[in-house]
Amino acid sequence: MAYLELENLTKHFRRRTGLFTPPEIVKAVDHVDLSINEGEIIGLVGESGCGKSTLSRLIMQLLMPTEGSVVLQGKRLADLTPEEIRKRRRDFQMIFQDPYASLNPRMTIFSTIAEAVLTRHPDLGKDWDKLTAQVSLLMEQVGLDSRYIRKYPHEFSGGQRQRIAIARALATEPKLIIADEPVSALDVSIQSQILNLLRHLQRDLNLTMIFITHDLSVVRYIADRIAVMEKGKIVELGESESVFKNPQSPCAQVLLNAIPKIQF
Amino acid sequence: MPLLEVRNLKTYFHTREGVVRAVDGVSFDVEKGETVGIVGESGSGKSVTCYSLLQLIPRPPGRIEGGQAMFDGKNLLKLSEEEMRKIRGHKIGMIFQDPMTSLNPYMKISSQLIEPLQLHKGMGKTEALERAVAELDAVGIPDAKSRIDSYPHEFSGGMRQRVMIAMAMISRPEIIIADEPTTALDVTIQKQVLDLIKTRQEDLGTAVIFITHDLAVVSEVCDRVNVMYAGRFVECAPVEAIFTEPRHPYTQALQKSIPALQEKGEDLYTIPGLPPDLTKPIGGCAFAPRCEFAVENCAHGWQPKLVETGPNHWVQHCRGCVTV
Ligand SMILES: Nc1ncnc2c1ncn2[C@@H]1O[C@H](COP(=O)(O)OP(=O)(O)OP(=O)(O)O)[C@@H](O)[C@H]1O
Ligand SMILES: Nc1ncnc2c1ncn2[C@@H]1O[C@H](COP(=O)(O)OP(=O)(O)OP(=O)(O)O)[C@@H](O)[C@H]1O
Ligand SMILES: [Mg+2]
Ligand SMILES: [Mg+2]
Repeated sequence: MAYLELENLTKHFRRRTGLFTPPEIVKAVDHVDLSINEGEIIGLVGESGCGKSTLSRLIMQLLMPTEGSVVLQGKRLADLTPEEIRKRRRDFQMIFQDPYASLNPRMTIFSTIAEAVLTRHPDLGKDWDKLTAQVSLLMEQVGLDSRYIRKYPHEFSGGQRQRIAIARALATEPKLIIADEPVSALDVSIQSQILNLLRHLQRDLNLTMIFITHDLSVVRYIADRIAVMEKGKIVELGESESVFKNPQSPCAQVLLNAIPKIQF
Repeated sequence: MPLLEVRNLKTYFHTREGVVRAVDGVSFDVEKGETVGIVGESGSGKSVTCYSLLQLIPRPPGRIEGGQAMFDGKNLLKLSEEEMRKIRGHKIGMIFQDPMTSLNPYMKISSQLIEPLQLHKGMGKTEALERAVAELDAVGIPDAKSRIDSYPHEFSGGMRQRVMIAMAMISRPEIIIADEPTTALDVTIQKQVLDLIKTRQEDLGTAVIFITHDLAVVSEVCDRVNVMYAGRFVECAPVEAIFTEPRHPYTQALQKSIPALQEKGEDLYTIPGLPPDLTKPIGGCAFAPRCEFAVENCAHGWQPKLVETGPNHWVQHCRGCVTV
């Protein structure tokens, strides 16, 4: 049985075009079927605006689908009670494309990450030292100095905030992570560190992941399979090496040809 | 004379934990029509350097402690808020790293785009709107005409980033500061945007300060590159020299970490250790504690000077590794 199954998943937005003209329908996600195995990393690529973030939001239940459903371990998410959804929340985490908007500006890094740790280990609420140690460990895993533990999001650089968001997502010890451009704001050394970390989590904890990125060299390195999306539909799906070596869809070919290369 | 001449810029943050020396004595020139890259470690001070030039540092806790930035015969760091407003978004445009913090979520994209044109260029609404549609079109927003009245949340991440780029370019500034302008763009749109910037440079002589982590993009668009580490520039050179003869060990380590150049399945190379604590004075080369070539000498003395080791190729003079 697949770990995560998307069945005919569809999301249409209505867009006002003027006072007297009928609204236009944007087919952000359009009849997507996809099945993902436990412990697999799927790379999701496609042109800007093709529906990648909308698809992630649907899986995360942050948006209601127009049609179709998300099935996690055989259970239709729409059929779960809000109580059950909340319980499962910690099992699937999202790293958002826009980290600053997803961090609470009034919470220190400690509070932000500790809150996430406590959803998995409520007992640590009584053991402050252990909780602090766990938060520090998570910070170090993403290359942040644990000295910064009492700082607020605005005191960090763009890439540092991105790593806070990654640490928060890992803090709940999720089984599924949807990562929307998680490393594009990071310098190459930190990028590599995060990619190593995610791969180790996959290997050691059988983590399942959907990895959205526009950086095809990163996706080639990390993903087992690559899904290419175009105008709301998945137009190509295959082993990552074979998509790279022998792309079938025009969309994948265009993307591969446009990869910038070091000139010298 | 260069269009912009930055000398010994120092920007510190005075926080509860001490003084964060985010930018600590940075100097560089930007010539007309030129693209100057700033690359370096996350948290090394790239964004703060650029914000300082436009007086966008939150004060307090931030403070410009010293240096000057000459543009148009004026020191940008000393301008009054009123004088600065005439330059910001008009003569110097900025593309911010985080689109959602600089786009107003409650304002239509059209209004955000035409505001500077009406304000600075005295354009009428119709003319400004036409220019705005053309500009969105140029950055690759499909159906720009019908989409211009959307709100930011109705756009995808990459589309918002393109709105920012259009906003920075719409008033035809003399300098564009682009802080990670293409991180959310797929490669084809990225190429379109980079080509557009290049065309503007050729047509109007616009200069660009380009911050990015994507070294392939750096190699494609930059004329000169400044490599930043812990608030300082450790190497400044013409772009080709940065890639063919990197001198400073940090520049070399950075290139070794590019994921694209490594085999699948192996652990990727990363630079060991963490960047230094910016609240403590750093003696000698800031990279020394993480440097595989470091010798005892590296960690001595105050901030090493940059020395010229090749035509226009400047490297921080660490006694341990750079033998001149
Ligand atoms: N308001 C602030 N208060 C305290 N420290 C700050 C503040 N803003 C930035 N800093 C610190 O200044 C340093 C430089 O930040 P800056 O945003 O310039 O980094 P950057 O080089 O742009 O990094 P990135 O590549 O991650 O965007 C960082 O270490 C950051 O923690
Ligand atoms: N709330 C909304 N209202 C109307 N249209 C929307 C809304 N959210 C997204 N869209 C539209 O749906 C389409 C898909 O957007 P989505 O954010 O999923 O793209 P994406 O693949 O993540 O792109 P990017 O790589 O640029 O982040 C876009 O055309 C976008 O304008
Ligand atoms: Mg997106
Ligand atoms: Mg930055």
